[in-house]
Amino acid sequence: MTAAGLAALWSHWRRNPLQLFTLVAGLALATALWSGVQALNAQARSSYDAAAAVLGEGRFDQLVPRVGDTIPRDTYLALRESGWLVSPVLEGPLRADDARIRIVGVDIPSVPRWAGSDAQDQRADSPRQDRDAIFAHPGIVDALAGITEYPVIANPDMAPDTAMTDISVAETLLDRPDALTRLVVARVQPLGLPDIATVAPDLVRRAARQSSDIDQLTDSFHLNLTAFGLLSFAVGIFIVHGAIGLAFEQRRAMIRTLRTLGLSLRRIMLLIALELLALAVIAGALGVAMGYALAATLLPDVAATLEGLYGAQVAGVLQLDPAWWLSGLGIALAGAVLAGAGAFWTIARMPILATGARAWAVASGQRRGWQGILAVVLVGLAGFGPVLGGGLLAGFASLACLLLGAALALPLVLDGLLALGERRAQGVRTQWFLADTRQQLPGLRLALMALLLAMAANIGVSTMVSSFRLTFTGFLDQRLFADLYVETDDTAQGAALQRIVADRTRAVLPIQWVDTQVAGQQAEIYGARVAPAYAENWQFIARDGSVWDRVAAGEAAIINEQLARRADLWPGDGVTLSPGRTLPIAGVVGDYGNPIGQVVIGEPLFQRLFPDVAPERFGLVTDDPDGLRAVLETELGLSQGQITDQAALKAFSLDVFERTFTVTAALNVLTLSVAGFAILMSLLTLAAMRVPQLAPAWALGMTRRSLGRLEVLRAVVLAALTLLVALPLGLALAWMLLTVINVEAFGWRLPMYLFPGDYAVLGGLSVLAALLAALWPARRLARTPPSDLLKVFANEG
Amino acid sequence: MLLSVENLSKSYPGPEGPVPVLRGVDLQVQAGATLALRGESGSGKSTLLHLVGGLDRADGGRIVIDGQEVTALDDAGRAALRRETIGIIFQQFNLIPSLTVAANIAFQARLAGRHDATRAAELAEALGLTEQLDKYPEQLSGGQQQRVAIARALAARPALVLADEPTGNLDEDTAAVVMDQMLSLVTETGAALMMVTHSPDLAGRLGRQLHLRQGRLA
Repeated sequence: MTAAGLAALWSHWRRNPLQLFTLVAGLALATALWSGVQALNAQARSSYDAAAAVLGEGRFDQLVPRVGDTIPRDTYLALRESGWLVSPVLEGPLRADDARIRIVGVDIPSVPRWAGSDAQDQRADSPRQDRDAIFAHPGIVDALAGITEYPVIANPDMAPDTAMTDISVAETLLDRPDALTRLVVARVQPLGLPDIATVAPDLVRRAARQSSDIDQLTDSFHLNLTAFGLLSFAVGIFIVHGAIGLAFEQRRAMIRTLRTLGLSLRRIMLLIALELLALAVIAGALGVAMGYALAATLLPDVAATLEGLYGAQVAGVLQLDPAWWLSGLGIALAGAVLAGAGAFWTIARMPILATGARAWAVASGQRRGWQGILAVVLVGLAGFGPVLGGGLLAGFASLACLLLGAALALPLVLDGLLALGERRAQGVRTQWFLADTRQQLPGLRLALMALLLAMAANIGVSTMVSSFRLTFTGFLDQRLFADLYVETDDTAQGAALQRIVADRTRAVLPIQWVDTQVAGQQAEIYGARVAPAYAENWQFIARDGSVWDRVAAGEAAIINEQLARRADLWPGDGVTLSPGRTLPIAGVVGDYGNPIGQVVIGEPLFQRLFPDVAPERFGLVTDDPDGLRAVLETELGLSQGQITDQAALKAFSLDVFERTFTVTAALNVLTLSVAGFAILMSLLTLAAMRVPQLAPAWALGMTRRSLGRLEVLRAVVLAALTLLVALPLGLALAWMLLTVINVEAFGWRLPMYLFPGDYAVLGGLSVLAALLAALWPARRLARTPPSDLLKVFANEG
Repeated sequence: MLLSVENLSKSYPGPEGPVPVLRGVDLQVQAGATLALRGESGSGKSTLLHLVGGLDRADGGRIVIDGQEVTALDDAGRAALRRETIGIIFQQFNLIPSLTVAANIAFQARLAGRHDATRAAELAEALGLTEQLDKYPEQLSGGQQQRVAIARALAARPALVLADEPTGNLDEDTAAVVMDQMLSLVTETGAALMMVTHSPDLAGRLGRQLHLRQGRLA
């Protein structure tokens, strides 16, 4: 009995392969987009974890030099003698072939068991001679082995481009004997220890996690990716929902017949569930494979994005994790359940003697009231969301409500617009066309919702990216106004540089700072040598009076937007730089691409507050950059790598920025393509149902060719009307991304710019996608044999 | 006694309260007997047929088929009864569009675990369907589709065949041919037949006629 039932159910798919393809392809695409994004996230996270495991970053408090990057060994010994349980770390870059390797040297006996890393365990348990081994990420083993005599052992747990070894080996490799770069502080310390500031006044203690603002930033990046993955998944699920709904609708009569022939409802439900499970597993497996391909394609750009924006390193090769495969299959199953739940519910409640084949349109019509109410509620929630609750998740929840509410409202809005057109139409043909288009809405509504989401996401994200690009370009022009940027070897060379270039430049701008805490936030205090160039180039978000004059006089400070928003400090408020030293804030400046807070004060005050800091980096304003570069190379012996010209720096920054959004742009294109696919599949699936609707029009004198043309026109009209809804929705999405999500994630509020040209192109592409999707079904319709059309009028053959 | 109906009642909800369709119907059918149910539209003929077939539930009364009390069975029990004891022929044919003619004919017999390829072939031949076995229902005429429905109902060797206006969708000539074939095969298999029809001629060809008027047997 089960076999016969399954065979009957399966025969539907055999007779409707296109519908089966739509279902499987929709679910596979949805799974692919979701699991691809998850693969990227998982890969990036495992890279951070590997980095954290090696470096212990973020898990333990650390002591770092207040100035420079070297801790004298005597300071370390003083801390140990005073009872502090600290472990020394020496790290630094090492050039090997073309690779830049990060060497991390640790002291095995004193290091806390921070990571449980295999490499560390191997080292602790190995004989002395093996402790000279270097454990390296597999990608750099060959390069490292080529430049050192020490044994190099591949360890996949290592972060990309990172190698860990004993501190004595690191000293040799880095040529920095007796140098330390930071000290890791054990969590449990003896009682009655002296204050660190007393024993080691030149060190700053960074609390666990505070050293890892990067976590927050990369998390927000992943959240963005996940949100887009979810959006793409939603678009795919709309397709699956449509395919399953249509298949169930077409099988309604069959299910009734099966019941009259003796299959119980429970068994039919079970068989359909089994069938859906099998299809979901197949589609899920396909989707996971496609997701892997997608992730592998995008991973280099994600790696570049994270490294460029936040300095986080991600392995460039995708690793397969069984959990990822399983979660991909799980999401396919969940998607199938989600998409099929409504149809299941309908079948479970369908009486065995349901009269006739209830039209899909009628069923949809009954849902319209509830759909409208739900749409209004969701859009309302989206509006009040940011007001009622803060945080990134609340922001994304508001976005979800907005998009879902708008999607639910779309069929009602389109129906209203078409009804309005129908009432005002003069010609009978136009009137019929609009009425017939309204009749098609229920069948096309899911595909149109998918198109709406894809277009809105495209408009929203492109507005955000373009606004960001415009702001960022302006920001670069503001900040990178010096013609040359120079990095000297040490403070003595820095002082020499200032003497040499004094007569050859219009301004010498030292770049000097200290790491500290301001208003409870990790921050940098910069000492600016105030020059007219600053006043000419820097633009303030908020200001109070003549900012630069007050800063130059040591009477006020400038802070960046991140610090202003996080600490709620604005012009007129006071910012405390050190105990007993508070300055009023004269201006708040936009600072894009920087995760932490900054305070800018005048150089004289900076030198009084931090007398041990001397600049090693400089910005030089000159009319002859090439001449000055030659002077610096010949007279100071600076290498080419130590001198960067403004154009190169801008080009590099812009390149990083462009790659930053490659991933979202790719997802946008994919989402739009999926929506186009949804329209194509819906039109093809509906084509068979169209014959009885179009046959009367044909019988009354319209040619098949003109009916086919009208089918194309219908898709174009619906896509254009959907665009009308998508435009304000996309702009609302952009506004929320810029003013809510961005502030929550990054601490900046970006100005929003409009790009009508981009929207016109997108609209054109969307309409073109709908037109292309309609061509094939319309062609099939135009070639429908008259005998098929005649069948509609024949009750008996 | 194959079928026994006692004091059967059924109402449907209406805008002004329940509308009674059957009001205390009593009926008995012997094994192998044929019975025509006649009556005006809305007299309750199809409702009675549906209740006997376990397709709907009665408000009151009792139906017993082959010793099983239909009115006491749950959904699964009624499904099993339809599968194993009853063959139903509808006016709208109700074939499975995605299965071939051969698969449609064999379908109920396979559900009942009584599929006999020889029997199915004999039925197909007797109904003139041998050339159509690999076709799909949409490729057949209405008369051919109804023949497939008859073959499907009889292939499972039911004790009771219920037919609801089986020729209602067919022209006069085709209806006569289909009716001849159905009656001949029903007689041959020894099944009882209860048929709803408007046609006095068709009803006259059956062993007994009953008239339903306003929910009661006249």
